[in-house]
Amino acid sequence: MLWQNIPILLIVLPLGLSSLIALLRPRAAKLAVLGVISLCTAAALYLLIRVNALGEAFTVKMGEVGAPFGNELYVSHTEALLCLAFDAIMLLSLLAGMRRADEEIPEDRKSLFFTVCSLLLAALNAITLTNDIFSGYVFLEIATIAAAALIFVRRGEGALFASMRYMLMNLLGSGLFLLGLSMMYSLTGELLFPQMLRRSKAILADGRYMGALSACLILLSLGLAVKSALYPFHTWLPNAYSLSTPAASSLLSSLVSKAYIFLFIKIMLRGAGLEAFSESGAANVILVYAVLAIVIGSVDAIQQHNIRRMVSYSSVAQIGYIFMAAALGTKEGCAAAVFQILAHSFAKAMLFPAVDRLVEVSGGEENFRDLRGSGYRAPLAGAAFAIGAFSITGIPLLGGFSAKVFISEAAWAAGGLRMYLALAALAVSTVLNVIYFLRTMITVYRRGERFELKPAGNRPFSFTLGVGFFALVNLYLGMGAGNVMDIILRGINIWN
Amino acid sequence: MKTLLVDHMHETAVVALFCIGFTTLLLNKNLIKKIIGFSMMDNAIYLFLASYGYIRGRLAPIYQGGETDPALYVNPLPAGLVLTGIVVSVSVSAIMLALTVRLYRHYHTLNIDEIAEIVREEGR
Repeated sequence: MLWQNIPILLIVLPLGLSSLIALLRPRAAKLAVLGVISLCTAAALYLLIRVNALGEAFTVKMGEVGAPFGNELYVSHTEALLCLAFDAIMLLSLLAGMRRADEEIPEDRKSLFFTVCSLLLAALNAITLTNDIFSGYVFLEIATIAAAALIFVRRGEGALFASMRYMLMNLLGSGLFLLGLSMMYSLTGELLFPQMLRRSKAILADGRYMGALSACLILLSLGLAVKSALYPFHTWLPNAYSLSTPAASSLLSSLVSKAYIFLFIKIMLRGAGLEAFSESGAANVILVYAVLAIVIGSVDAIQQHNIRRMVSYSSVAQIGYIFMAAALGTKEGCAAAVFQILAHSFAKAMLFPAVDRLVEVSGGEENFRDLRGSGYRAPLAGAAFAIGAFSITGIPLLGGFSAKVFISEAAWAAGGLRMYLALAALAVSTVLNVIYFLRTMITVYRRGERFELKPAGNRPFSFTLGVGFFALVNLYLGMGAGNVMDIILRGINIWN
Repeated sequence: MKTLLVDHMHETAVVALFCIGFTTLLLNKNLIKKIIGFSMMDNAIYLFLASYGYIRGRLAPIYQGGETDPALYVNPLPAGLVLTGIVVSVSVSAIMLALTVRLYRHYHTLNIDEIAEIVREEGR
């Protein structure tokens, strides 16, 4: 059927056009990239509707070549939903951060910026849809290079150094991942997830090569944990997020690291099987790091005086939540992790442009004491900051609250020591989240002397559009959480 | 010890190379040496894949007339993976070297700690 070719379109179109976009003038490149992303978003939405109507997953064999030589894409409800979310977030973040990007990126690099956005879109869609662990690796590296370029495209050598730090840490992760992948291939002889799952189940039943399988899974998990900035591998993150242009920070925090985590979930669930993942000890390794990330990331965020760095550090804690939910080792846990990916992505991608606008109306100062009253000077940004902060803290009616409910439910169902650890981490970190976000909220809405409290003009329309849509989606993720979770679970339950 | 060195020669070499590369990438201060470490780490993995892909006595998977029994040929997939992997690491090395050149032009040092120090002072 024709619509079943949409997954190919989602990857090939942005990948092919990215090299053409590099040749265009900046204005044309901007229009082209926004067009491509809108088209992909619409296509992903249509794909989701059709998969939902079809009610089952399907695979696309690239070039009609079967296993083991061919590449395959696998689409179920979950993949279609994540593709839609990633594409939409990319479109909205670019809209919301467009004017700042225009100011901060030198004229001769603008086309490069849009090229990289298009490349990143292809890589994200491919990581989400691939059914093959090696294609996953290749697109992982494409996403890494694109992300590094997104950081250094901004003016100034500080961004260059942040980009270098980002690359170095990511290469360590890639190395571990590639080693795990090669060992997994030599152990199972398969690269496609369904076949790999069959072999690893046999290994688990046989028990003789369990040590080797554990080593593979731990290497794969650690590699992806390093790449997505799980504590203690997060040292590159604050600089990379706070020194790049706001649109790029949104893309990095909401898309790149989330795609890595989704690949992790997919490998554990579809490639190795949850029993092997739990038995091998990889789940415990990740769980311990995740709990540390949640607590220490929040404590680090409290200690910051710079608002952008605070928002960056809160990502460390939120990534911890996702890994913790996935490490519970149940399907419900993985579904909760996917929901948390959505909730956090939409909230964080809104926070970065909002914070940037608050900073802009405070004379470019990023420290808390200079931000007083900025919520009055930039009403929309203040409201968006409030919604994002409330969502991440876990106030009801917003996405973050539903995510925390789903994670607690999954932890409760999982039982045992993991339940106690997860619930304790959730409770402690919610308190810590409230401390740093509430403090910032009070600062933003406290009257200061330096500026008048009148709304500053010159708000670009694209910012209003982008941030407005983000706010709506955050509200929907809170109030329509049941529907979204239903789609995710439907996908995960038919994963083979 | 003898089995480790003789029977598992490839794996031993791979583990040694990977560890050397990984530690260099993680701990060395010099940016160029870090990139060398990265190449070494990736090449170790390609050696691993390539050595597993080769079976003594089998033919290269290129059909030139003659033998048609697939069991006489080696699996072409590992070689394909190595080739793809090499392309990936070459492009990553290229971008890392370009970044290093840019950093060196501005900071006049390759030591990552010294650069970090200067960046921190400039940020103030």
